Amino acid sequence: MATMAFDRTPSAPQESPDNKPYWDGAREGKLILGRCNDTSKFFHYPRHVSPFTLSNNVEFVQAKGTGTIYSWSVARGKEPYAVAYVQLDEGPIMLTNIVNCDLDALACGQKVKVTFRATEENGAPVPMFEPA
Amino acid sequence: MTETAYIVGAFEHPTRKAETKSTAQLHAEVAYGALQDAGLTHDDIDGYFCAGDAPGMGGLSMIDYMGLRKLRHYDTTESGGSSYVIHVGHAVEAIMAGKCNVALITLAGRPRAEGMQTGTAVRSFGSGVPDEPFELPYGRTIATMHAMVATRHMYQYGTTSEQLAWIKVAASHHAQHNPHAMLPKVVTVEDVVNSPMVADPLHRLDCCVISDGGGALIVARPEIAKSLRRPLVKVRGWGEAYKHQSAGAIDLTYSAAAMSGPMAFEKAGVKPADIKYASIYDSFAISVLVQLEDLGFCEKGQGGRFVQDGGLISGVGKLPFNTDGGGLCNNHPSNRGGMTKVIEAVRQARGEAHPKVQVPNADLVLANGKGGNLGTRHGCGTVILERV
Repeated sequence: MATMAFDRTPSAPQESPDNKPYWDGAREGKLILGRCNDTSKFFHYPRHVSPFTLSNNVEFVQAKGTGTIYSWSVARGKEPYAVAYVQLDEGPIMLTNIVNCDLDALACGQKVKVTFRATEENGAPVPMFEPA
Repeated sequence: MTETAYIVGAFEHPTRKAETKSTAQLHAEVAYGALQDAGLTHDDIDGYFCAGDAPGMGGLSMIDYMGLRKLRHYDTTESGGSSYVIHVGHAVEAIMAGKCNVALITLAGRPRAEGMQTGTAVRSFGSGVPDEPFELPYGRTIATMHAMVATRHMYQYGTTSEQLAWIKVAASHHAQHNPHAMLPKVVTVEDVVNSPMVADPLHRLDCCVISDGGGALIVARPEIAKSLRRPLVKVRGWGEAYKHQSAGAIDLTYSAAAMSGPMAFEKAGVKPADIKYASIYDSFAISVLVQLEDLGFCEKGQGGRFVQDGGLISGVGKLPFNTDGGGLCNNHPSNRGGMTKVIEAVRQARGEAHPKVQVPNADLVLANGKGGNLGTRHGCGTVILERV
């Protein structure tokens, strides 16, 4: 039995000067990661402060947009949808939705790729993932 | 061993739906109940502890409402449902530092009367929360976030839905003896796994209840405790720890109890095997499983085997837990279960739990709270109590 994910319209993310590069990237179809130049480590969610050193020696870089499902759940209701943590190939794990998928066939370790979805009230598009 | 402080008063509000009472009133009623239990009075309180459920700016409105006159110490550490377990440790430290003699800790709320969809609604903590723009668009709920911990635990360790169900089964065996429990009916593993799926792999019966009510504790310095007529329950060990998303290096298989537990055991100078009874925060069955492992009651990954076949049932299993029915069956006042965890641990240590679930000679007990989101940001508080 297959249960296709309901294609819900996400709420608009609350933008701020701190997270603006991420959403600017999303508007161009790019998935952005934070990178700490003190430690050469990637991080998510992006911010203007390194969560490793607290310095502002950070940059925003484009991720490849591919990864694997680290964990997942399906919010069951009339319009079921999948919430997941996806581990990007660069390392960081991010919260997201899995779309264009059979909700009954999701699995940890499954390969996925990014796809952007428009949000309510013309907000910035948000990155979601679909089976690769 | 160094003298610490004692839990001299404990009170759990009997209500489960408080349509005709205000939150402030519930705070005051549990405070009064705990004072009565201890044999102390209003003016004995010189320390007050509360968290985010207290209406107003921190606890200032509650200090005003209750008319606390002798305060000289005040602490509003907010760590969700674990706050009150953490407050016990803070109260002990404040007493040991001479900052107060008698500390009152209160919790109260009425999410049920207010019709709150605690676990299944997409809820925000307000404007400017830095992580929420990366979560709210995805429709994450408390249930889905805890569910992902379960999914990963199953994937990594082979834990099964049937094993998780045993946690609810054990809680229900205890709840049948509690006249205040919201779900007093004994359930089976089949009942749990056949209940509707809320968020894969968590079924409806893997989730805690939504209830109104509250509870209060009084922590006092040794001389005062020894002057009272109640059994002496000493806070022998305590610890607190916080876990977050590690900037994306997420590991869902453990909780902050992996840090707070060892702190408490080290202070107490005892081992998990010495504990006769444990109150474990049970917002969801998976929360219990992860904390049991983190506290060292079994190896990481072995929680499923530990809880199955009645492992947590009083009189049956290795480690009797949540003998009041816990959050899974009894109550979860204000969506915050830490207070009631400590209260039932105190009952056990005093020998005042229901006779059908009282653990014989429960002279060393533990309570663990987890507040916030198991999968993202949370805090854990652990206390080890000794009947002396």
